[in-house]
Amino acid sequence: MINALVVLLGLQLMGEVVVNLFGLPIPGPVLGGGALAVILLARGRVGAELSSTAHVILRNLSLLFVPAAVGVIEYRDMFVAYGLPLFVTVLGSTMLAMAAAALVFRWVGR
Amino acid sequence: MGDDVSLLWVYLSERPLTWLTATVTAYAIADRIALSVGRHPLFNPVVLAAIIVIAVLTLTGTPFPVYFEGAQFVHFMLGPATVALAIPLVENWGTVKRAARPIAAALVAAALTAVGSALALGWAFGLPRDVLVSLAPKSVTTPIAMGISASLGGIPALTAILVIMTGVCGAMTVTPLMNALKMRDMAARGFAAGVAAHGIGTARAFQVDPLAGAFAGIGMALNGAFTALLVPLLLGLF
Repeated sequence: MINALVVLLGLQLMGEVVVNLFGLPIPGPVLGGGALAVILLARGRVGAELSSTAHVILRNLSLLFVPAAVGVIEYRDMFVAYGLPLFVTVLGSTMLAMAAAALVFRWVGR
Repeated sequence: MGDDVSLLWVYLSERPLTWLTATVTAYAIADRIALSVGRHPLFNPVVLAAIIVIAVLTLTGTPFPVYFEGAQFVHFMLGPATVALAIPLVENWGTVKRAARPIAAALVAAALTAVGSALALGWAFGLPRDVLVSLAPKSVTTPIAMGISASLGGIPALTAILVIMTGVCGAMTVTPLMNALKMRDMAARGFAAGVAAHGIGTARAFQVDPLAGAFAGIGMALNGAFTALLVPLLLGLF
């Protein structure tokens, strides 16, 4: 697990450094993940330790969003003004986008 | 005795450990509830855990910044978790490569629909322009969405709420919606969740199926980059 954490944190750090250095418009961890994918594909395999650590983290990905979800209470005033139209817009638009993604995916995949 | 208890609480309520423990415990309870109803989509563990934590913060009069002193350690793990998305991507590389065309087409369709329908619905409701700008990038992960919103004259804090709401709406509706569309391919189902409902949709996908999770991660990462290019173009229309 420790070696896997070194890889994950190290690539995140590398991503953050490169993003800051070049002023790139993407978050450091996304760049770090992209770099890790390239490295692993070049190596041709994912080590057992890295694989099991990643899957433990990703199975509990929901936990990591709890603080941000709680943070919504900080901005409740902002929501009161446009609450219902915003909710309907977000729900409707999200469902439309998911339907579009899945239908096009299936249609082009045929 | 009563004084001792309240002194102890004053001490504990300011320790990061208290709120870190509260966050993990609330999630453990939420996940148990979600499991006990067979991961029914409406019993979303992020929402259940947040409700539990918000109730505790409200009852104890704890301000959010004090809570976040402890919760930041959990929040911080989002970084390494994002890097870790590379692993299921590589492990499913064969499937991903074969699906390159559907992935590209579905990305364009979903990103256009997410931004376009949010702007159109919001415009029909008469929302002001700064709120529309804040809505446009709602389907992508928070740091990217807030950056887009800030650079185009939106309200980044409002965008942060809308991103969370989008994730929750997506995670709660993806399963019944995909069933209604008779979508059996886990790759398509996962991709839809990630591309439209970013990390919270991806978290749902990983709880349902590993392949769905891998494709959700791809959808989330690709849409982050694509929406950053798309929003400035589409905003010109409204």
